[in-house]
Parts: sequence; C-alpha cells; structure tokens
Amino acid sequence: MKLHAARRRKQTIFRRVVVGLLGLFFALPLLGMVEFTTRAPGGGRTLATWATLFDVNVIDADYPELKTGVLASAGLVVLTVTIMLVMLVPTMTWVRLRLPGLRRTVEFVCLLPLTIPAIVLVVGLAPVYAWVAYFLGESSLWLAFAYVVLVLPYAYRALDAGLSAIDVKTLAEAARSLGAGWPTVMWQIILPNVRTAVLSASFLSVALVLGEFTIANLFSRDNLQVAINQLNKRDASLATAAALAALVLAFIVLFAMSFVGAGRRSHPPEEN
Amino acid sequence: MSASHPPVSVTAPEFGSGRGVAVTLSGLRRSYGSIHALDGLTLDIAPGEFVALLGPSGCGKTTALRVLAGLEDADSGRVEVGGKDITSVPTSARDMGMVFQAYSLFPHMTARQNVEFGLRLRRIPSTRRRARASEMLDLVELSDHADRYAHQMSGGQQQRVALARALAIEPQVLLLDEPLSALDAKVRVQLRDEIRRIQLEVGTTTLFVTHDQEEALAVADRVGVMRAGNLEQLASPHDLYARPATPFVANFVGLTNRLRTTVEGQHANLLGTSVPLLPGSVQRGAAVLLIRPESIAVKADPAGRATVLSASFLGSTGSLHAITESGEAVLAQIDNDAVATFHPGDRVCLVPRPNPALAIAVE
Repeated sequence: MKLHAARRRKQTIFRRVVVGLLGLFFALPLLGMVEFTTRAPGGGRTLATWATLFDVNVIDADYPELKTGVLASAGLVVLTVTIMLVMLVPTMTWVRLRLPGLRRTVEFVCLLPLTIPAIVLVVGLAPVYAWVAYFLGESSLWLAFAYVVLVLPYAYRALDAGLSAIDVKTLAEAARSLGAGWPTVMWQIILPNVRTAVLSASFLSVALVLGEFTIANLFSRDNLQVAINQLNKRDASLATAAALAALVLAFIVLFAMSFVGAGRRSHPPEEN
Repeated sequence: MSASHPPVSVTAPEFGSGRGVAVTLSGLRRSYGSIHALDGLTLDIAPGEFVALLGPSGCGKTTALRVLAGLEDADSGRVEVGGKDITSVPTSARDMGMVFQAYSLFPHMTARQNVEFGLRLRRIPSTRRRARASEMLDLVELSDHADRYAHQMSGGQQQRVALARALAIEPQVLLLDEPLSALDAKVRVQLRDEIRRIQLEVGTTTLFVTHDQEEALAVADRVGVMRAGNLEQLASPHDLYARPATPFVANFVGLTNRLRTTVEGQHANLLGTSVPLLPGSVQRGAAVLLIRPESIAVKADPAGRATVLSASFLGSTGSLHAITESGEAVLAQIDNDAVATFHPGDRVCLVPRPNPALAIAVE
C-alpha cells in the first residue's frame, strides 16, 4: 500500500515536471517576444509598439503591407474554409452513404498532403498557378486553392470523427422515408449533427491559414506571415508584436475548439 | 414458397380500419454480386393487413422491405401500392412511414420536432402540425416526453417516437425493419403489443420484418417465411405453425421432432399410432415425420418403449427429452406440474396425438 502511494507520488511529480518543461518550451519564446516588443529606447518598458499595432490609422498610413497581409489572410481564411466545407462535407457524407468501398481511398487522398513538404507542393502547383493567374488574375486570394490541399488532412480527420459519431445512413434513410430530398437531408439532418466537427475542421483551417508562409512567399503573394516577414526588415519590434498577436489569435481559436459543442446533455435516459 | 410455386394471392377480408392500401411485389430480383438476396419474390398484401416477414439472416426479408421503401433498387420486378406502379418512384415520394432497427431519431431535434419533421416537409401549417404531433405522441403514450431529445430517452421510448413520426405523415404503408431487436425482452413484448394495437387503430397496411418468430406469430395477420430470397409459405400464424407447407417452415417455426415413420396413403404410422398427414407429404413408404412436441403425449409406463433423458420446468409448461428403443431422440411438451414426476432413466410410453403432421422423404 505504502509502495503504491510512493509510486503514485513519483508519477505525479514526473507528470508535473514534464508538463512544466513543455510549458517552458512554449512559453519562453513567447515571453521573449513580449520582452522584445516592450523595450523602451533608453531602457525600461513601453507599450508603444502594441499601441501602434492596434492603431488602424497608423498601420494604414505607415505600414500598408501589414494591412494588405491581414486583409489577404482574412480573405484566405474565409475562402479556404468555404471551399473545404463545400467540397469535403458532401463528399464524405456521400461516400459513407453510397460508396463505402471508396472510404479508404478518399482518406488516403486527404491525408496525402501531410507527407508532401510545402516546397514540393509549390513546385507541383507552379504550373497550375500559371493558369490560375491567367484565368483569375494575380490576387492572393487564389492561394486558397493550395491552402485547401494543405488543410485537407486536418479537416478530414475532424469531419470523419463527427460523421463516425452519428449513424449517417439510418438518419438519411429515415429522413428520406419521411419525404426529404437529398439537399434537405444534408442541410437539416446531417449538418446540424456534425456541427461540432464542422467547427473543429474550420478552426483548424483558420489556424493553419493564419500561420502559412512558405507557399505565399514562394508564389510572391501577400498574406499575414509574408507581411510580417517584410515588416521585420523595417521594424523588428512591430513585426514581432504582429507575429505574437497572430499566434495568440491562433491559440484562442484552437482553445475555443475544446469548448464548442459541449452542453445540451442534461437528462439521463430513462429505463424503458 | 419456392420459386416454382405460384404467387401467393390474397382474398382476405378487410383488415384494421380499412384505410390501408394493397401492396403487391411481383417477381422481385436483387443480387449483390453472386448472392441473390431476392430471387423472384412475389407477395400480395391486402389493404390494412399486417404481414410479417420471417426468416434466417440473409434470407432477403430486409432487402424486400428496403425495395418496397425505395431504399434499394430491384434488378427486376414490380412494386405496386394502391394499384400504382411505384418501382421507379424515389423513396422521398413513396409516402411510406418506416421504423428502423437502429435508433433513427434525429439527435438535434426533440421528440415533438422529430414527429413534426415529415409534416413540415409537407408544408402543413404549424397549428395543424403541432396538433397532429400531439395526437401521435399521445397514441404512443409519450406526450410528457415531447420536449426530450433522443439521448434523454430509453431505447423503447425512442422506437415509440420513431413509430409516431412514421405514422404522423399518414403513410400509405408502414414499414417496420426489426424495430424491436435492440430492446430488452420485457420492453420488446410491451412495444410489440403496442405496435399491433396502434396498427389496428390506424388501419395502415404494414410490413414487419423480424427474425423473431414469436414476435411475428404474435402480431401479424399473416406471416411469410422467407428462405434464399423467396417465400416458403405465407399463412396465418396458426396455419404456419400447425400446417407447415415445407420441411424448412416446419423446422424454422417452433420446435419439431424428426422421427422415422412409414407412410401409407394419408397417414403415417408412428410409435404404433396412426398420424394424419398434411398436404405435401410423401405418399408412400419410409419417411421422416416432422411432429411438434405438443403433439406427443407422455405416459409413465414401466413397460414403455422410451427412456426419459431429462425433464425441465419451463414456467407455464414443461419439456421432456426421451430416447426411443430405436435410438431416436424425442422432445415432448408436458404439463408443468408433471415435470417432477419424471426422472432420468424412467420408462415412458410416447403416444402421438392425431394432429396432422408433415412427412418428408428420407434423406
């Protein structure tokens, strides 16, 4: 009994040490960034950099590349999430309902981007984007097509977990037997029941798009990370503050995921 | 009924309240690769009738129901409801209510919203919709659960709401795909009786698929026993049990002894007693008689030609296993209070009762 308690105490200490080390590993660079962005020229501390970052007029006038980057990333977030959801949710639902034999193939295709480095993707996508630029113009927003490929593995996993949690086939058949067409089945039955999974997939996509640099930079397009990189050459303190703000935003988004969809379960089921 | 048998037709009296429609499945075939789930199935159901399809796993009963619902396409054959050919009509336009084996309530809707779903699709005004939902929830005695979600209800309650939801749209046909199989025994019996009560009340033509023979025999006007994609026999529960048309039906429905016998004309000689034979029996010579345990009486007799192996108390009845001098095992149904009077090793006399039985050729 004593031995058991001692072992448990050791395990608790080990856990705390590991969590503490990991916390430090994540926190130290962030603290370093905070320290760097609050340095005053003659020594001491100032919040001037942060005040500048959140002053829309100053950013608009003095740092237009940051404004362009933020707007481009915001547009990319919306477009990427929209394309991803419109493409993935109906496809995955249909595969479950009608083509279960294709499930492994779809999973393989969706997870494939995980194994392909961004630089290789860029080499492969370069000729495609030559055509995209020819037909749709040079807008940074078209990076969304590449970003959809990047977010596929994460979005697939999140949506797959959501679809596995419900009996898609029976629910769809029940709705159809009551007179629902396929669009009604999707909008009124499937989507409300995978709401949490859809939000998770969306949040993961948002976090990934906000942090993407390689593809945008290599294609010479604007986004938040490219803007921060450019800004870094001119005002390192402001660039660091912008990077930290983007990180915190991504953390908040990911943190919010764990709370979404909780609740609504109150009464326990009855016995008969 | 095998593929070579003529289609089963119905000249049945009006069932239920008479609001149902006739259903005809003609020559339905459905294959999955080399497996023939339906092999020319033909079935007529009278308006308002409650027909149960019974059979072992893989016999095609669920496929037949799904083809009728439009959830599966038949390779060939016709589906007619109320005299109209609906073979090519999509599921959503077939006007059929269905209760599934798996719990199928929409998890994001309350019981009331589930029941109203089909009515909403039919653009019924909200006041009428609410009234109809209340009426249906009342019918399944769940009015006080109207605002509960599926996860707040038990399996039995969920299936009752699913039944209310299926009936709310006043379907032409009610389809029940093993709706009781996920429930525990007590709830299953309660809900089974409730389904029958409600079906008689609303009079909807109903097709009920189950692998539980007690369930089928208890609720249906007629029971169809399926095997290898076709009907072996379609008959009233009593006829199915007492007058099985094929050895498969005799073996599948209820318990059956297989005893060697000699057939002469319309009778078989079994254990020194003449037993009348059912139509379809072999006409002459050595045969195997398929005889029910309740068709064999047991008498304690020290000079008897059978020996008791065991006697079991089964609640309302008892059963006795014995072995004849020729080495054949016999199962007989006895009174529950007689169980204690028989002991292993006792000699007994087995006397067949004059109930008709089926004699088949010796394999």
